[in-house]
This record gives sequence, structure tokens and C-alpha cells, in this order.
Amino acid sequence: MTSSQVTIEEYGKYETAWCPGCGNFGILNSLKQALVACGLAPHQVLLVSGIGQAAKTPHYLKANVFNGLHGRSLPVAIGAKLANPELTVIAESGDGCMYGEGGNHFLAALRRNLDITILTHDNQVYGLTKGQASPTSDQGFATKAQPHGVVATPFNPVAVAVTMGASLVARGYSGMPGHLTKLIAQAIQHRGTALVDILQPCVVFNKVNTYRWYKERCYELNADYDPRDRDQALRTALEFGGRIPLGVIYKTHKPLFEEQFAVLKKGPLARQEVPQDGLQQLLRHYT
Amino acid sequence: MSQDIQLLIGGEAGQGLVTIGQLLGKALVRAGHQIFTSQGYHSRIRGGHNVFAIRAGSGPFFASRDSIDILVALNSETVALHRDQLTSRAVIVADTAISSDLPGTISVPFAEFGPERFWNTAALALLGQILGLSSTQLQQAVETMFGKKHPEMMAENLKIMEKSRKWAIDQVPKHGCTLSAGAVTGDRLLLNGNEAIALGALAAGLKFCAFYPMTPSTSIAMELITHAETMGCVTEQAEDEIAAINMAIGAAFAGAPSMVTTSGGGFALMAEGVSLAGMTETPVLIVVAQRPGPATGMPTRTEQADLEFILHAGHGEFPRAIFAPGNIETCFNLTAKALALAERSQSPIFLLTDQFLADSTRPLAPSELKAGTPVKAGAEPGDTETTPYQRYRLTENGISPRLLPGLSQHLVVAGSDEHDQDGHLSEDHQTRIAMVEKRLRKFALLKEETVRPVLDGEHDCSLLLVCWGSSQGPVQEAAAMLRAQGSSVATLHFSQVWPLLPVQFLNILQAADQVVSVEGNATGQFARLIQRASGFVIAEQINRYDGLPFTARYILAKLEKIAGWEKLPVINPNTDTSTGVKS
Repeated sequence: MTSSQVTIEEYGKYETAWCPGCGNFGILNSLKQALVACGLAPHQVLLVSGIGQAAKTPHYLKANVFNGLHGRSLPVAIGAKLANPELTVIAESGDGCMYGEGGNHFLAALRRNLDITILTHDNQVYGLTKGQASPTSDQGFATKAQPHGVVATPFNPVAVAVTMGASLVARGYSGMPGHLTKLIAQAIQHRGTALVDILQPCVVFNKVNTYRWYKERCYELNADYDPRDRDQALRTALEFGGRIPLGVIYKTHKPLFEEQFAVLKKGPLARQEVPQDGLQQLLRHYT
Repeated sequence: MSQDIQLLIGGEAGQGLVTIGQLLGKALVRAGHQIFTSQGYHSRIRGGHNVFAIRAGSGPFFASRDSIDILVALNSETVALHRDQLTSRAVIVADTAISSDLPGTISVPFAEFGPERFWNTAALALLGQILGLSSTQLQQAVETMFGKKHPEMMAENLKIMEKSRKWAIDQVPKHGCTLSAGAVTGDRLLLNGNEAIALGALAAGLKFCAFYPMTPSTSIAMELITHAETMGCVTEQAEDEIAAINMAIGAAFAGAPSMVTTSGGGFALMAEGVSLAGMTETPVLIVVAQRPGPATGMPTRTEQADLEFILHAGHGEFPRAIFAPGNIETCFNLTAKALALAERSQSPIFLLTDQFLADSTRPLAPSELKAGTPVKAGAEPGDTETTPYQRYRLTENGISPRLLPGLSQHLVVAGSDEHDQDGHLSEDHQTRIAMVEKRLRKFALLKEETVRPVLDGEHDCSLLLVCWGSSQGPVQEAAAMLRAQGSSVATLHFSQVWPLLPVQFLNILQAADQVVSVEGNATGQFARLIQRASGFVIAEQINRYDGLPFTARYILAKLEKIAGWEKLPVINPNTDTSTGVKS
């Protein structure tokens, strides 16, 4: 199927369990637009998610879906990509799932660099469990669980990804859908692990980082910004306060993890026969 | 005449005792002898007290003996630690620098043969001479290790071996440890339990394995990696066990027959993943090599204490099967069966082994290994009747045709939330009931496929010894020794411990005058499981939980404490070299 034939209607329309005004709607729409822009048909795409309101996103469009455990979207995504490298694999979850419960997998995934995309809905709060702090909550952010305000230093996923040399690192915002669509499309088309940390308001549980708060701070990186400059990328990644830069912050070229497996050059593992005399060959080692 | 020689090499980690043991084992097998080898070691890279045991003779052997006929002491500690196990005919082989006051000591001037790095092969040549192996048989074994890659090393080794052998001909006094010519002909394989698991999985069509290193399971993954490219299998060392099982689930979902390998502590981290496999109906084989717990326990020792944990691990209700091979060939055959059953039942399936079996070897004829037809993952679109495709279509046997994502125009949706037939999440209570019952219906297939326990001996015996997993060999040997003394003793061995079907064993338990369970844990977990499944109470138990494997001698010594079996005549070794235990 060529790109001209894929339409947004093919990705379907579903009722959601999201609150009115939720940033997730913008992200879902941008994701669909990006998949269409990439010319991908639903059956070519596998969306893997964890648990949380963001992790429900794959249920709201037509695609192959594995909606797994809290924090574990990345290992499932990696396993699936290693079984069928022809799938376009996207891991999608919230900040608590991707950076908290799944923090170790996040670091390991960036190190491996498979050809997958990571979309994190980052609203700086736990929504589904009703308003506790998340790994990205600002210091001083008061909740029922952190009544005196968050003490811990917030996790900066973009800065961490840059320091780890992730092959594409981007930050987007659900309130700027056109820009976000382009970022997601770029991440999908990038050869390597691509992270898009997507800022979004939680209209119910985060009364600090609101649409207005983001609107006052978010700005697009200049056209002459060079994402291959790692020092500059790190400075840009750390800029999160009065001003928040959006765009592809860092980009580099790295070997793909899956290329080490000769067998994967032949396509999906499910399509490959077990070598007929394979066992006989192996047993010779033990005589 | 039956022959049974127990040899034990003791020393520190790093002294090369495993090399001597493996080469000697290979040479003995090629010379047509039956052998059984096992290992015990401390959790360290250098130092500690490690042993490599070889039992050789007319066999076949399925366990080591406690008593020792040939003790190879690479350090003084070995002499001190094992002196009480020596039989009356024992010889002790030690360097002249190691003092031994024991009769039968052969003080070997290894320094005269060559530099210290060749003492291993010198010891090998000397042991070969004692056991009656020809120098050609030993040389062939050494060649397999050094031959082609390092010809100079090989030449040097051969020189030293010849010196050592000549010394042995002149200096070793008469002893009773020489084997008569080996009687077994034909090609045989020498595999340990973990190698057999790896090969069984590959032969059955394994395409993906993720693992995090943990003793005593690690060597399964290492073995897989050695052969992965030949067999088209992808392997990955995950960042932790949680990642390992989730990767395996992801790979299986996308069409690769998948496995994880771990031990108890690592498996504890996988528990939520087990439940995910149950809910998403994703086939995955989980191999757990047990070691003593709780927590870190005794990392390099053996135990059978994770049965209840594995039976219950994972929240919620879903079917599972647990295999527990009792010897090397069933490690291979049941791994193959388990991988196929995971695919057919779309469920998590377990294989339980332990350090004893992992590190034991026994020669096998290639024909003893049976993998069946390689597993084919998933179904073809023609096999499903629904459009749009419903991953969890309600069916009579609970099994829904499993399409693979990306391999057809159909979309495959799998969810860890309760879901409707299309895979999308559902909070509807009628749907919940239908899905719970659908998943549980798959248990019928697991029951149909349950491996029968094996009765060895008379159906209506005086004493029935019940065991599972790796205890099979020592228990059967103990029973054979009792039968040889005229007692009516049988064994019932389970190589599958879940599901337990009373129809397969209850009448056997009821027919015996007395039933005693033998298991490698402190509380009798399997005896409890038998009671749960069948109502039959096994009152008398022999348990071992010191970290060491069962031996026939250990079982008999414990049996003597059970009413009716006091003062067993069988434990008088000097009248019977097959037990070999000093009185």
C-alpha cells in the first residue's frame, strides 16, 4: 500500500475514557496524522503501551495493539521488534509508566537503539490514580500524596536521553498539534530509537502546569538549530522553566541493535523454518 | 561382573578440576563405559572448595555415590574434607606437596612432569592409567579441547601425559579401581541438564530467549547463544528479569516461540509477567533452575523448594502446566514438549530443574532425544472465521485462533485489562465471566497432555517411594538396592507436577503398604500437593535441604529412621562394592 492510499479514516474513531479537555485527544489526533503522513497502513503498525490514561491510546485507533503492564511497554515493544523487524513498533505511555515504573527499561532501550519510537504523554502528574506526583512533577508541586510539595528533583527525560546518546530526542506539546504531528512522523521515520516527550496538561489533577502555563513557555526551535551538536542539545534539553523549547533537540546516527542478528535480515521469525539438519549439527559438539 | 567406581576431584575454583573431569568423562564414554558426573562448587571465581565427581563402570548411573574409590586432591583441604567417605579400596591421588596419612595415597611428583599449567593433563593421564583407559583414548579427548586451535599446546600436553602415564605404570601400586573393557558401543552424547534444555528448546523451534544471568540457570542461555545463529534464534540479555519475561511475551505475541531462563529470585521478579502471559494468552516457556532460598540462599547449591511458588506465582486465575524432568534426556524431551504445549494452549508453561540436574552429565544415545515437529507460531488468517478478527473469540475449548500482528491485513489486539473478544478493554461483568471461563477451559488441554508418573517396581509393594524432578535417579537407585536385599520396594516418579491427575496415580499410592515421599525441601511441598489433588496423605517424608543433592545412601540412612526400616542390611558397604560405603 502506498502513502497516497492511506487515509485518516482507516485509523478509525472510538469513544474514549478520557476527561473532556484532556491533552490526550491532541496527541491521539497527531499520532493518526503522523501515521498517515508516513504512509503506514494500520496492519503495519504495532502500538505497545503500559498502564495509565495515556496507555489507553492504542485502544482508540485501528492498529495492532499490545496493551501490557504498568512500566513494561518497552520490553514488550523490543521483544516484538526482534521477532518481526518489519513491524513499525511504537511504545506509548505516560510519564509515570515510562520514566517511573519503567525507568530501567527506558535507559536500557536508549542504550540498545532498536528501530522503534517512544511516545511519552508527559503531564507531570498521575491521573488515573487521582493526582499523585509523577517523576516529572516540579519541585514544590503539592498533592494529597505529597502534601508539603514534591522534594525530589524532577526527572528530565530529554536531558537524560541526550546524555545517553539516544539517536533521536524530541520534545513536543499537545497544544501545538501541527508541530507535534511533524515530530511524531519524524520519530517514526528515524532509523533508531526515537523519543518524543510530549507535554500535556491534565485538566483535572494538575492545576499548575495548565494550557496557559505551557502556552506562556513553549516555543519552537529555530530553523537553524543544529540537533547534531550534543553540547547545545544538552543545554537546550535542560531549558525547562521560564521557557521550554520544542522540536528535535538531538539527533545522531548509531548502528541498529537488531542488525547484530543475521537471522533478522530474512524477515519475521515466524516465517522462518527451523534448519532441518540443525540439531544433528549441534549434537556433533557433544559426542 | 558389575563395576562401579566413584571418583572425586577436589580443589579450589580456578585449579582446572572441571577440565580434568570433563576430559576424563569424554574419554570414559568413548571407551564404552557408563558414567554419571556431577559438580559442587562455591559461589566464587577463585578459591573455595569445589568438586567434580565421576561415577564410572557398567551402570547405567543416574546419581553419584557418597563413597569415594578414587580421590584426586588438588589441595590439602580435599583430603581432610573427604577422608570419611573413602571406601576400603580407595586410592588418593595427590601432589607430593600435599600431605596425606591415608592408606592408598599415591604421592605424585607433578613438578617432574612439567610446568604447573600442564598438571591437569598430567593428572588426566595418571587417572586414565589407574582406570584402565588407553593413552589413545585420552589423547583424543585432549585433542577435542586443544587439538586444532593450538597445535603447540597439544604437542606439549602429549609429552607431559606420556611422562605421567609412564610414571603411573612404574609407581602406582596394585589397586581395585581398574575398569574392565567398556561394553557400550555406538555414538553417545555427553550432555548436562542445562545443555539438554537448550538443545531441546532449539530442536522444538525456539526462536527467542531473553534472560538475566542467575546461577544455576545461566548456562542454558549461554548454550543457546552458542548455537543461536545456526538455529535462527534471537537471544537477549535483558536489563532485569522483569524485562526478560516482557520481552519474551512481546516476541511470542509477534510470532517467535519464546522462553525465559532464571532461578527462584529472578523468577520472583517475573511473577507479574506470568500473569500477563495468562491474561493475554501469550505462549511462553519459563525455565526455573532451583537453588536453595529464601533470598540469595546458597547460590551454587541445589534444592527443590520453589514448587509451591511456581504453582501459585502470578495474580489472578489462569491455567498453567509445570514439568520437572528427572534426568538428562527428559530435560531435552520435556523442554520440547513444554514449548509446543505453550503454543497450543497459549499459556505460560513451566519447566523446573535445579543445580544438581543442571551440572550433571550422563551419556545418551542420540535416539533418546525426541523433539517432535518444530513449533509453528500462530494460525493463518484462513483459520479464523471472524472479520474483523477477534483475538479472543469465545470457543468451546477456550483456544482462539491466534493471528500474528503484521503478517496479514487483520489487526491483532491483546490487552492486560479484561477485554472483549476483540481484545479491547471491557468492564462489562458478563464479558468478564465469559472470559474467565474461556481461559479456564484451556486447562482441559493441559490435563489431556499431562505426562503420567512412572512406577518403577511392583504395583502392590511394601514400600513406595514418591519423588519428582531431579530426585529420580538417587531414589530409583535406593529402591534397587533395597530390592536387591529382598525388600518389596517401588518408586513413583513425577516428571510433571501440575496438573496432577489422581486417575494417574491414586490407585498406585493406595496399593502400597507404606508410602514415603522423597523431596529436596524441608516441608514436603509435593506431598502436600498430592494431598490437595487426591486427598491421599503421605505421612512419612524424607527431606533434604542442606544444599546437596540426594544420594541413594542418604535416602537409606533417612529411611532407617522410619518405623519398619530400622537396621537396613543394605548399608554394609564392604560386603557390596556397589554401595561402596565404609561401615
